[in-house]
Parts: sequence; C-alpha cells; structure tokens
Amino acid sequence: MIKFNIKNLNIWFGHIHALKDVTIDITANEILSVIGPSNSGKTSFLRMLNRLNELSENFKMGGEVKFAGRNINDMDAELVRKKIGMVFALPLPLPLSIFDNVAYGVKMYGLKNRKKQQEIVEKALKQAYLWDEVKDRLQTSAFKLSGGQQQRLCIARTLAVEPDVILFDEPCSGLDPISTAKVEEAMLKLKANYTIVLVTNNVKQAARVGGKTAFFLSGELIEVDKTDKMFTAPQDKRTDDYISGKFG
Amino acid sequence: MRKIKEFIIEKLILVCGLASIFFVAMIFLFLLKEGMNVFQTVSPFKFLFGKSWYPISEPAQLGILPLILGSLLVTFGAAVISIPIGVACAIYIAEVAPQNMKEILKSGIELLAAIPSVVLGFIGMVTIVPWVKNICHLPTGLSALSGSIMLAFMAMPTIVSIAEDALYSVPKSYKEGALALGATHWQAIHRVMLPAASSGILAAVMLGIGRVIGETMAVMMITGNSAVIPHSILQPVRTLTATIAAEMGEAVVGSEHYFALFAIGIVLFIISFAINVTADLFLHKKR
Repeated sequence: MIKFNIKNLNIWFGHIHALKDVTIDITANEILSVIGPSNSGKTSFLRMLNRLNELSENFKMGGEVKFAGRNINDMDAELVRKKIGMVFALPLPLPLSIFDNVAYGVKMYGLKNRKKQQEIVEKALKQAYLWDEVKDRLQTSAFKLSGGQQQRLCIARTLAVEPDVILFDEPCSGLDPISTAKVEEAMLKLKANYTIVLVTNNVKQAARVGGKTAFFLSGELIEVDKTDKMFTAPQDKRTDDYISGKFG
Repeated sequence: MRKIKEFIIEKLILVCGLASIFFVAMIFLFLLKEGMNVFQTVSPFKFLFGKSWYPISEPAQLGILPLILGSLLVTFGAAVISIPIGVACAIYIAEVAPQNMKEILKSGIELLAAIPSVVLGFIGMVTIVPWVKNICHLPTGLSALSGSIMLAFMAMPTIVSIAEDALYSVPKSYKEGALALGATHWQAIHRVMLPAASSGILAAVMLGIGRVIGETMAVMMITGNSAVIPHSILQPVRTLTATIAAEMGEAVVGSEHYFALFAIGIVLFIISFAINVTADLFLHKKR
C-alpha cells in the first residue's frame, strides 16, 4: 500500500530552490532512508511531509503531496502532524518528568483519565525500548536521562499519540554507537505497524535499516530503489560515488 | 611583557567589578547611618506601623504605614494592569505579528520607554486625572488609580521588551517539537513557549514592578499626595518615593524629619532588594 504520493514537488525558501521536481511514492510499513550530503534538501523533504516547512517565512511550494490519497494541504495542519509524528535530530525532552513527557501529546488532546494515560505511557515506552530502563523512575526529570535514552523518550512521545507515520530527522547524529544500535533496533520493530521515513547523514545506517533508500543531491532526487540494490548496483554514477565515499 | 599586560587588565576588570558592589555597600551604609538616628526618638515598630505621618507637628508623628500602603497600592494596581497587557503584547510581538508589524510595535515600545517620567506625569495630569474623576464621579481624580494607570505605562516597555526577549530566545526546536505532536499554535505557545520562557518572563515582571515602586516624579504629580491610609484605590495616596522627593528640600538637616526621610530610603531599599531576591529565587528554582 502506498502512504505518500509525491508529485512534481518543488519548494523555495525565498530565492533558494530547495527541492526540484521531486516525484516519489512512499510505501506503508517500510523504512525509507533518505541520504545525501548537507544542503541536498533531504530535511526539507522530510519537513514537507508533516507541513513544518510552512512555518518558515518566504516558503513557497509547487506540486502536490498526497497522504493516504488526500492532499495534505487540504487537511488540517494539526491533524497532519498528529498522524505523521516526527523525531528530531537533537533529543528534545520537555522540562517535565519522564511520564509527563510521554503523556504530553495525549494530555494535550484532552485525555484526562489517569489510568488510560498510564497504559499509553507504558505501551509507548515499551515500543521505544525504554520501559525497562525507566519503569522505576517515571516521575524523575527527563533531563536526568542519557542522550540515547532521551532520544528514545522522544520516540515514545511521538508513538504515544499513535501516528501512522514516523519521520526521523537524523535521529542518531548526536548519539554513541550503542545508543544508535538501540534506536535502530526500535525502528526495525516499529516498521511492522508504522511507515517510517529516516533522514540520515550516515550511509551505513541506511544500509543497516534496509527497506528503500532515496538519494538526494542539490535538491534533486537522483535515485530511489530497494536498499540492497542501491548499495550493490546503483543506477547513477553520483549515487555510487556518494555511497562509496568519494564525496559527501 | 605580555604577562604583565594580562595581569594589569585582569586586575582592572576585577576593580571595576568590585566597584559596583562597593558603591552599593557604601550607599546602604550611608542610608543606614543617617536613617538609624530616627530610631532614637521613634521605635522601629512605631515608625513602620504608625498610622499618621505629621513630620512637622509638635511632637512630630513619624508613622509611615500610610506611605507604605500608598506605594503598595499604586504598585499593585500598576502590576494588575501592566502584567497581562505587557505579557500578551510580548507574545504577540514574538510569536504572532508579521515582520513589519513587529518592527512598528517594537519601536513604539522603545519610544514609550524614552518618554521622561515628568512628561508622562504631566500628560497623566491633564488626561487620566480628569478621566478618572468623571468616570468614577470623584471629587478629585488625583488618586491611586490614576497613578496605577500612569505607572502601568511606564512598566510596560520593561515588561514587553524583556518578556519578548525571553520568548524569542526559546529554542525554535521546542516550538517545532510541540507543533510536530499536533499542537495548535496557541497550544504550542501556552504549553511549551510560555513555560520555557517563564523565568525570563518573571524577571521581566519583577523588573517592571521594580521600576514602578521606585518611580517618583509621575506619581508625585498625579496621586494626590495625601498621607492617609487608603481604603480604596480611588482615594488619593502618597508613596514612599514621593514623600522623600517632596519633603527632603524642606527638612532641616539633622532634624528628626530629615532622619526619618533617610529611614524611608532604607525601607524602599529593602523593598526593591526583596523584589530582586524574589525574582532571583524564581529564576534559580526553574533551573
């Protein structure tokens, strides 16, 4: 099943043409890794999917992005962002307890039942592989957690509002290898129930999590294919050069 | 050679840093030395809680309770008016206003801060005072309410500009994080931005109040200056600051009255010190 239909997507920030005529489909229950050097437009592409780009001034777009058959610009921005969760590059816990961080979204949507909240928090923390590490100290401040734990907390917070899609914006760029492995493990388990788009600067990470990979360069989508194929027999020479580390 | 230069510069900076503490300490000591003399004739309790201030009658009655209440009443009124408006204005400028509106509002507020207080007092005298008089059917519009309205204008620039800075310096990613969870703009503001900026906003409020309680000229011109215990905000009051400003010139140096005015200075000093310490406590509690 196809989750996103993106057709001839062009975006501009002022005079900068950040994405050029991108056409791509994103399949449900699969991880799409987006790779490319800095300024290649991969983050802009990701932020397009949950309409975060429109917060920037001078933002303009052309083409269309369809989510589950509907143009996202015809939907409520809040609804789009509720259905399409996002995990940012830097772990961003709020200055609250671990419990309140995870329950934040559902509380905001008006869920008051404490028991229900507890269920949701437990489920989300388990899905993010954090439950065992924090179950005895849910009321302590989220800032007491390590960087890797904070990032998984943010994943749990995103999961708690039960999105369809999770966007990861370089989620491991600030983490050590062991934490990275844990986050990747969580992602692999999550793809059974969610569609995942992962922007990463780490080519090896894209290879590890599998699924499909898309390669962006200077705002253009150069190539998208099954990750195995892309990493063994890329169609475009530029992809080959980037993957093998000749530039980037 | 370079080391000596480093050494000299380091010490110079140290001296400059210590100078501010030194001056504060000297000012406080001077106030204390002069003000304490009054307690040879009046007990501190009678001075603080005495209900009448007749410094030149025989024997002089030196109770500053009416003045303290006058100051507190005017300050409280000004805070009630200026804090909601000031913080709302800061939110509007930092979060909602389009770019050119932002510029206009910011320069407007800077201009408001640049108006000398005596000019504001004068304008208040000819506009707010008659207005309060007519609206509330009072015998005179020179009242605590007029003073509060006037002082609210003076506190507003401080509150708006510092609160706006605090909101502006909240990392953009906080707001995006909230929005990415599906929050509306307002939810993001009041559940994430405001709590994150709360220490700065509290500091803004405290500095605004500090400005109000220390303000002299404008209040002297429009609060009516009657040193009686106020029973409502519509009555004339006299503040601590206005008392010092109005009477210092007449008081005989070395007299009881003169020392009493210095003692009022001590009280003012302690009040503003307390406000600053409270602000500091809030700031540290947050972290």
